[in-house]
Amino acid sequence: MLHIVNKSPFENTTLASCLRVVGKGGDNALLLIEDGVYAITKNSDAGKAVHAVMGGVKVYALMPDVEARGMQDRVLEGVTMVDYAGFVDLVIEHNNVQSWL
Amino acid sequence: MSEVAGDFDDEDGSGTIKKFMFVNRKAPYGTVYALEGLEVVLITAAFDQDVSMVFMDDGVYQLVKGQNTKAIAMKNFSPTYRALDGYDIEKLYVERDSLEMRGLSESDLLVPVEVLSSAEMQVLMNDQDVVIAF
Repeated sequence: MLHIVNKSPFENTTLASCLRVVGKGGDNALLLIEDGVYAITKNSDAGKAVHAVMGGVKVYALMPDVEARGMQDRVLEGVTMVDYAGFVDLVIEHNNVQSWL
Repeated sequence: MSEVAGDFDDEDGSGTIKKFMFVNRKAPYGTVYALEGLEVVLITAAFDQDVSMVFMDDGVYQLVKGQNTKAIAMKNFSPTYRALDGYDIEKLYVERDSLEMRGLSESDLLVPVEVLSSAEMQVLMNDQDVVIAF
């Protein structure tokens, strides 16, 4: 299952809720877009929470949203950057998608 | 003294000057608050008011260096923060805790700012005539 989070982890509980229930292993993946990309900042509180699930969940971020926010040099190791075409591929590859609103 | 608009620029040039603080707490592109707030700050400065800008919570992201919005087709308004001193807006304050929990430091910011503790921020906020939040 692909989980998509678009809210800042610092002003919304969306990411925390997602991380609580995200399945570990298999084809479980987390894609961060829009203000959700702040969650993969190195040395941040949210970054630590994301890092903690990375053993069992593949983590992706939408590069255009990362670059818009100037965060491209501050990204956690192990996060895979995707462009818009990569976003579409992720949706196709997973049997189910949840957009956390 | 009455506070009609005309008092801002009366005949002898001694308009009322108030201390305005703009509190910016939103990230720059996910919502329109940051951009709209910046517009209001520039308008206020045009009335020769005493303007301070505070960046706390996700508002600190507005000042992060290296923003490039080309691929999301939105205006990159971050260079505007560097132009603020041209409008005599030189009082920019950032809350230290907000930076630290986001893994950021003063060197990640695109303009010179004064980094304040929450206690110092409290004092500064209480010293204002008008506080407007975005």
